[in-house]
Amino acid sequence: MAKVLMKGNEALAESCLRAGCRFFSGYPITPQTEILEYLCWRMDEVGGDCVQTESELAGINMLMGAAAGGARALTTTAGPGFSLKQEGISYLCGSDLPAVIVDVQRIGCALGDIFMGQGDYWQLTRGGGHGDYRTIVLAPATVQESVDLASIAFDLAEKYRHPVLIATDATIGQMIEPVELPEMKEHDPDKYDWALRPRREGEPQRAIWNRYWDWEDGGHKYPEYILKKYGEMEETEQRWESVLTEDAEIVMVAYGTSARVAKSAIMKARKEGIKLGLIRPITLWPFPKKAFDELGDQVKAFLDIERNILGQMKDDVILTDGNRHPVEFYGEYWDNISEVKILEKVKEMLKKY
Amino acid sequence: MNFTIPKDIDMSQQASWCPGCGHGIVCRVITEAVEELGLSDRILTVDDVACGQFGQFAMKYNTIMSAHGRTVVTAAGLKHARPDALVIARPGDGSAYSIGIESTIYSAVRNENILTIVINNSVFGMTGGQMSPATLPGMKTATSPFGRDENKDGHMVDITKLLGQMDIAYLARCAVNTPANTDRTKKAIKKALQKQMNGEGFCLIDVLSMCPTNWKTSEIQACEFVKETQSKYLPLGEFIDKGGKE
Ligand SMILES: Cc1ncc(C[n+]2csc(CCOP(=O)(O)OP(=O)(O)O)c2C)c(N)n1
Ligand code: SF4
Ligand SMILES: [Mg+2]
Repeated sequence: MAKVLMKGNEALAESCLRAGCRFFSGYPITPQTEILEYLCWRMDEVGGDCVQTESELAGINMLMGAAAGGARALTTTAGPGFSLKQEGISYLCGSDLPAVIVDVQRIGCALGDIFMGQGDYWQLTRGGGHGDYRTIVLAPATVQESVDLASIAFDLAEKYRHPVLIATDATIGQMIEPVELPEMKEHDPDKYDWALRPRREGEPQRAIWNRYWDWEDGGHKYPEYILKKYGEMEETEQRWESVLTEDAEIVMVAYGTSARVAKSAIMKARKEGIKLGLIRPITLWPFPKKAFDELGDQVKAFLDIERNILGQMKDDVILTDGNRHPVEFYGEYWDNISEVKILEKVKEMLKKY
Repeated sequence: MNFTIPKDIDMSQQASWCPGCGHGIVCRVITEAVEELGLSDRILTVDDVACGQFGQFAMKYNTIMSAHGRTVVTAAGLKHARPDALVIARPGDGSAYSIGIESTIYSAVRNENILTIVINNSVFGMTGGQMSPATLPGMKTATSPFGRDENKDGHMVDITKLLGQMDIAYLARCAVNTPANTDRTKKAIKKALQKQMNGEGFCLIDVLSMCPTNWKTSEIQACEFVKETQSKYLPLGEFIDKGGKE
């Protein structure tokens, strides 16, 4: 298929439709709103439903009903709206329901601001809702990758009967890049035998509720099921990109837009003879531990790079590395991640370590 | 009078309501209404996590338990995915009028084509009888120990007044405290299901329902309380009946 120029948010929305998504419920919030606006007319064309709900809370809980009915269902939001999605994400996890939730990240807590940011890593990867749960979190760095991961997201959601999160950001959502879109697919709501449709005479009841109620022993085997489910995700779903890590002495860890800048810093560094590499997590959870396992003994330190103040992903770099190397953080709040500052920081680190 | 258990009632699972609770009666009339209309293979239900959740064990219909207060909006989502199904949401008064009032109002605003049956016992039953929006003026609950004081606690919510001006298909209040009232409840449910089949839109039936445990009365006194007190503040009747086809 020929390439077209598309804005990140719209390309992602179109890709979801092409994956067979026919239900959307959400609420306007910058920098996500184009997804809602796009689907409000485009969903009509493909015969689906797009509902602008009274709040994000309603958006996610309406999505839960549609997901239970077997639809490929989507909701999207940003920052403050993502906080309101947490109740529903916990319920989707506790009910074993697939769905795709997109957080077009912005900056800061409270209102923060609508600018580019990677403010929600902790909420995305730790589970901002109640109870102990995990969700696969896909983090694209380009518009094309948003498109590719959107359709993978629905497949993964159904594979595990579990919600999947996509973490983009204001830059990827707003930028225009050439993309190749997948072919249009239809999804059959009756594909799975857990999906709710009216019960036919003689059939057993289908109920979507606290999943542990389904175990005849009163739920005592449920923890085992959950551990296996998350264990399998950790084992099979790690995704990442490694750039020149074979000989790298300093390995940057960055995702999304920050990773784009980190990548271009590598080219500059290499020209100056600095052995700089990058691990770009594509799944924020499961965190790509395997990428770290592949690293050689020449690595001296890690540099975590994010668009936030506290360096939220640094926790995972330290945990994964197991305290074997120093881990430093370079972050920006108001400004873009800068190649120049990355190089300054790397030179400083090479002197230290 | 001959009484048979409706075939959509599931006797194999345990629905652990207290004796004299109205929830079970509502489930029975739902199944009777559905059977009389021959619609057993078209129903999907959505329950709240509150005392209503046992309805999922009492009735054989395929079902989802929503988060507390999201019953109506989750039911709307299910209807979008399954437009041919007849979707019944069964929240309590706390769910539909307190934490979920936004979704109740906006599902009415969008005229979602679903039936909402609110089991209104004027308290938060599941959590031990706290004050709900439908707690009557002067009524004692765990969080209005001296009786609901409307100056301090806010005034009682009568959903028929809140939704009374809206462009929805059906709005009624019934009760299950006497055989005659229970029969009227069944008629209202049948009418509303017919409207959903006609695509007329949002139907809400507020059903006054006994909670002897939290009202701290006997089962019989609870039925009398509905008659003498609850229905005085929350009058029975049909408030919107658009189209009106039966
Ligand atoms: C978000 C949230 N808040 C509070 C609760 C606790 N809770 C469970 S049921 C309930 C009230 C139920 O009252 P009502 O909706 O009237 O149902 P009833 O039990 O009276 O039928 C509450 C407060 C909860 N489960 N979730
Ligand atoms: S607490 Fe009240 S509403 Fe709940 S089961 Fe008992 S009587 Fe019914
Ligand atoms: Mg109640």
